[in-house]
This record gives sequence, C-alpha cells and structure tokens, in this order.
Amino acid sequence: MGLNISAAVQIRALADTPLPELPALLVPALGETLAMVGIVMLVVVSLGTPIAVALHNMAPGGLFEHRGTYSVLSWIVNIGRSLPFLVLMAAIVPFTRFVTGTNIGIAAAVVPMSLAGIPFFARLVENCLRDVPRSVTAAARASGGSPLQIIRTAQLGEAVPAILGGLTINTIAMIEYSAIAGTIGAGGIGYVAVTYGYQRFDQTVMLATVLLLIAMVTIVQVGGDALVRATTPHLRRRA
Amino acid sequence: MISLKNLTKVYGHGDSAVTVLDGLDIEVATGQILAVVGPSGAGKSTLAQCINLLERPTSGQVIVNGEDLARLPERRLRVARRRIGTIFQSASLLSRRTAAQNIALPLQYLGVTPAETAARVAELLERVGLSHRANHYPFELSGGQLQRVGIARALALRPSVLLSDEATSGLDPETTRSVVALLRQLRDDLDLAVVFITHEMDTVLHVADSAARLEHGRIAEQGSLVDLLTDHDSILGRALQPQLSSADPAAGSRAWHVTYDSRSVPADWLQRISTDLGEPAALLAATIQSIGGTSTGNATVGLRSPERLAAAAFARYGLRAVPRAADPHPSTPATRATEELQWA
Ligand SMILES: Nc1ncnc2c1ncn2[C@@H]1O[C@H](COP(=O)(O)OP(=O)(O)OP(=O)(O)O)[C@@H](O)[C@H]1O
Ligand SMILES: [Mg+2]
Repeated sequence: MGLNISAAVQIRALADTPLPELPALLVPALGETLAMVGIVMLVVVSLGTPIAVALHNMAPGGLFEHRGTYSVLSWIVNIGRSLPFLVLMAAIVPFTRFVTGTNIGIAAAVVPMSLAGIPFFARLVENCLRDVPRSVTAAARASGGSPLQIIRTAQLGEAVPAILGGLTINTIAMIEYSAIAGTIGAGGIGYVAVTYGYQRFDQTVMLATVLLLIAMVTIVQVGGDALVRATTPHLRRRA
Repeated sequence: MISLKNLTKVYGHGDSAVTVLDGLDIEVATGQILAVVGPSGAGKSTLAQCINLLERPTSGQVIVNGEDLARLPERRLRVARRRIGTIFQSASLLSRRTAAQNIALPLQYLGVTPAETAARVAELLERVGLSHRANHYPFELSGGQLQRVGIARALALRPSVLLSDEATSGLDPETTRSVVALLRQLRDDLDLAVVFITHEMDTVLHVADSAARLEHGRIAEQGSLVDLLTDHDSILGRALQPQLSSADPAAGSRAWHVTYDSRSVPADWLQRISTDLGEPAALLAATIQSIGGTSTGNATVGLRSPERLAAAAFARYGLRAVPRAADPHPSTPATRATEELQWA
C-alpha cells in the first residue's frame, strides 16, 4: 500500500488517453477482471455450498445435528466475514505468498477474494436453506430419502432460486473486491482505474472504467434475475 | 397393523427434561382408522413423529407388521419407514416440482426405474382423482388438491400404515369431507391401518372407527366411536356430540338426558317408554347418527313420571339415562363438554 501512496504523490498531469486507444487498455483489463471473478466464483460456489449445507444441517433441527462442530464452523465463518476486504487482503499476504508464490497479480488476488467470498456465500446459502420449510425436509425423510438425496432434492433443490439470487449478490461483491484487489497490482479494471484515473487524473479512462463496472454489474444483476425467474415455477410463464 | 407399546418421549436432559409422551399404548388393526385428538401441546405431533420415527422414542416400541422399528439403526430404519406413509399438515410438497414429480419422489429415492415410476405415479394420480393435474405445480393447486398429492405421495411405496397429522386442518368443511372420504376409500381398497391426528371433532365423526384422547402426553381415554358416543362419562364422547340446546320441559316434568346405540336399543324406544309409563314422552332435543353402520342417539326427553319409574323404563330398553339437574341455567352435556375441551 505504501507503494500506491508514493505513486500517488508523484502527480503527473498527463494528457487523457485518446478514445481509439481505450480498447487496447480496457479489453485486457476486462479479461483479467472476468478471469479473477470467474475463478473466485468457481472456488466460492464449490466450497461455500458444502459449508452452508454443513452449517444448516449441524444446526439444531438439522439432518446431522451437532452443536459443537456447528459452533466451531460458524465461528470460523464469522471471522472470515468480519474483516473488511482491504484489511483481510493485507493481513493474509504471507499466506497468499505461501499458496501462490507471489503477492501481486491475478493469482495473488484470487486467494484473498476466495477467502472473503467463501464465508459470504456460505452465509447467504445457509439463509436460503433456512427459508425452506422444515416440513419439506421432514416429508423427504418420511419418503425414505438418504441424507444426500434429501440435501439435493428437498434442501438445495427447493432453494435454487434463492441461491441464484445469492450468487448474483456474491458475484457483484466479487467484482467490487476485484477492483479493490486491483489497487495492489492484481490487474483488471480496478488496476486501470487506479493507475490511470486516480494517479494520472486521466478522466477518459476513469469514466470508461466506471461505465464498464456499471455495465458488468448490471449484466450480472439482470442475468441473475432472469435465472431466478426461470427456476421459480410461479414466476415462469407457462408454455 | 401398528401397535405402540409403552411409548415414551422425553425432550431435553436433566433438569430441563420434559416428558412429552408418557407410556402410550395404542393399537390400530389393519382396515381401522384411529383418530387421535387432544388439546394443543398434548403431544399429538410428537406422537406422529415417533410413529414414523422422524424422532426416536426415548423408550417403548413401535411395532409395524410384527417388527419393532424403534431400535433399528438409521440405515435400516430408512427402509422400514417405507411401511408407513405420512401425510403432513401443509402437504409439504416440493414447490419446483409438478404434482406427478412430487408423487414420484419416494420412488426416485428408492431407485425405481423411470418407466415403473411413471406407471405407478399415473395409477396414484388416478386414485386420488388428480390425473388432469399431473403437470401442475403446487402453486397452481387448491388446498384440497395439494393434500391429495400429499396422500398419493404417502401411498407411493405401498405402505401398510398411513399416518396423518392435521391433514385436514385449514381446509374448508366440504374439502375436508372429500379428503376424509378419500382416506376411508383408500383404507378399504388398500387395507391400511390409519392413524388420523386432528383437533377437529367434526372430522373425527366422519373419518374414524375409534378415537383416543391425548392429554399431557397420556391417553386419557380410548375406545370405539360408538362406545364413546353413548358413554355419559366420556368427555370425548360428549365433545363429539353435536351441540344441542334442548327445549325446557313442561312444568311438572323432568328432563332426562339419554344416549343409546342401535346394537342394543330398539328403534321405537320412545314409543315403548311412553306406553310403559302411560304418558306421552316429550322429545326436547335429539340427534341420531350412523357410525360404521351402528346408529347412535343422543336425546333429551321430558317425563312426568317419578324418577324411579322412569329410570327403570329407560334401563329396560338398554338406554343410558341421567336426569338433568333442574338448575336455572341448564346447559346441555354437549356445551359442557365443549367448555372442558376448548381445542379448536
Ligand atoms: N423438539 C422439541 N424439544 C422440546 N420440546 C418439544 C419439542 N417438540 C415439541 N415439544 C413440546 O412437546 C409438547 C407437545 O408438542 P406437540 O407439537 O406434540 O403438540 P401437539 O399436540 O401437536 O400440539 P398442536 O395441536 O398445537 O399441534 C409441547 O409442549 C412442546 O413444547
Ligand atoms: Mg401438532
């Protein structure tokens, strides 16, 4: 972070980047952001979902109620949720370097983003599962389902639209985190926005990155809403 | 055939332990419907959960077709549970699956082939009268139709016991009657033992062969509907009677409350008593209802004859009769029972 501040001090009033050169600057950055968010969401969904299922079913009234393990897991998730992303990112630099061998670039950004994203998504999904009426799980048990079958059909299956809503929120949060990670040299739109827009007062680039971020978030939100509608019978137009 | 032996359920440990079910003995033969009634908090839902073993009883046995299920390990329990079909209060269907897909769920869990599943689901839909709603989602179905889907799902694995916890609560009277009629039909066709838990007295009369009253986790009384209805001392029997407000007896005559059933009492008992006592018996209030082919009656009769003679006349024809106290605010036994059992 010291690096950024010292860079910001060297104010150099450069000319704004000409419009035709914008794509060459922004397209690779967009690619980097999409890669970061994509990889992170893959990790977040594949690890956050099982954690949510475990939390939900170890809580009182769950399929494998276990107070002790629930408290420990819940506590770990809370820790992950309680640090602001910037602080988390700085705090785990040694860990990130241990895992990826570097503390800059996409690889280095993916680690703190995942660590922030997993507990966030786990809590979102846990909430979705809690909203499925208990009697649905009871009916599935009475129908002779194994725990895995019940989790798949009666819990996750019923919560699909809500989980997709949570996925949308989470993806948008990760786009935001990727921009923050950009400030420590992770690349992507955030990096461009900081180096050109903030440090060089390049208004054109600043505006372009803002519009790009707005567009990305909008597309994710609209897409997410469409998925929620498509998976909710009463919101879906019957053919 | 299902029998519960000394079934006990305790929630919590040590000082905070609560005994919700306390040594219940219940038996329902194949082809019989037992209604379990009781005030809120009596333990009815806990009983249901112990019967289908969604909750393990603390002690006691749940015997279905001769096998005690209460102590089976979880894996074998899942298989054994298929002998018990459960109908839930709120149908509890998967909202993202059609009626047919919901009914298919237990078959899918069991690993039945798609072709067999489709055939069985079609048969079940037909049985509950919903063939034309097979591809409808739960939000497109009425309360009664949802319950029918729930019933079909409960029957999917051909259980020998059907368990229903408040399956008709929240349905309007006409829908309740049609669901109850369906249950009785299924009981006859499929030789089911049915445990029907409800707080609606009216429904008990329509559905059950026998009834048990649960209070504070114990069976307070239990018997066939006919016996309960004709027993003056039965709180449940009185709660099951329609509420009658009888006319006041003429000056100088005494009101008698009588109950009887057609197994032992001649249909023309009123005429015979009039003849025996040499006075016209005044009928002040009466209901007669047929319970499983036996008609049971509940009447208030005004007579001038001395108490001893009248009592002897009633006894001669097998009627159970008690003189009604001449209090200034006479209340019928039915209203008294309702005061004692404010359940709904
Ligand atoms: N999981 C539980 N832990 C502790 N106590 C419980 C639990 N489930 C039920 N109870 C208690 O057991 C008693 C009986 O509850 P139950 O739900 O069986 O009553 P019910 O007869 O079905 O009532 P209602 O007519 O209101 O449905 C209540 O006092 C309730 O608080
Ligand atoms: Mg209940």
